[in-house]
Amino acid sequence: MPMTCTAKNRELTVRLSGEIDHHAARQLMLELDREIESRFPRRLVLDLAQLTFMDSSGIAVLLRTCRRMQEVRGTMQVVNVPRQPAKVIRAANLHKVLSVSFLP
Amino acid sequence: MRPINQVKMEFDSRSANEGFARAAAACFAAQLDPTLEELGDVKTAVSEAVTNVIVHAYPDAIGRVLLRLRLFEDNTVEITVRDWGVGIPDLEKAREPMFTTGGADRSGMGFTIMESFMDAMRVRSAVGKGTTVTMRKKISVRVGRP
Ligand SMILES: Nc1ncnc2c1ncn2[C@@H]1O[C@H](COP(=O)(O)OP(=O)(O)OP(=O)(O)O)[C@@H](O)[C@H]1O
Ligand SMILES: [Mg+2]
Repeated sequence: MPMTCTAKNRELTVRLSGEIDHHAARQLMLELDREIESRFPRRLVLDLAQLTFMDSSGIAVLLRTCRRMQEVRGTMQVVNVPRQPAKVIRAANLHKVLSVSFLP
Repeated sequence: MRPINQVKMEFDSRSANEGFARAAAACFAAQLDPTLEELGDVKTAVSEAVTNVIVHAYPDAIGRVLLRLRLFEDNTVEITVRDWGVGIPDLEKAREPMFTTGGADRSGMGFTIMESFMDAMRVRSAVGKGTTVTMRKKISVRVGRP
């Protein structure tokens, strides 16, 4: 799935687009790991504005990425979450354990 | 109640088919003129059920997945996902939120999501024989539509 990264002052912004399912999750996790390990960001912003679909495979990706950020003593914010991924995140109560902001 | 329309398809338990399965289900359900949210719910539920077959039912092999979609007169869509894989030993436990045998790659939320996104879900399973998940959702009839 398409992903673009911009980094500034150890703040890394990753924009994801397309669909996160089990098929896409493995590669996505590898790429996120690689970005974190090469840049050691203090803050990771995951921008999901262009994400058109996510299922429970995405929940595991978000949780693991958050844990990776904690391991490098950084924080993670998930922003601009569209309707369908928002419903999945809410059903899993993920917004209670992660910092998440939803699109209106 | 007899269905007014139905399709059945069988495919390999390859992860590339997850996207195909949910797109096919959404396309079929579109006949009932669902809202975007209802369409998203159907796609999500199908994705969960099909992913479970690929990940859990056939852990080290490629097996058969059957997807059956039916429409009923009362604007209900029914989704059945069937496999002939390992089966589920304890259904009650498997359906609990956060229960998983999948390790760190999984969150144990699939059944919880299917249940909350659809109106009803039934799971039948036999160890060594396979699993059948059947879900139903009534699509709203919108004002101004026939
Ligand atoms: N078709 C199946 N065949 C065999 N076992 C299954 C099947 N579907 C589900 N299971 C079992 O039920 C458990 C719970 O399934 P569920 O979809 O809720 O969570 P998960 O798949 O483990 O994680 P997630 O869906 O969040 O990625 C699975 O871990 C697995 O042990
Ligand atoms: Mg699952």
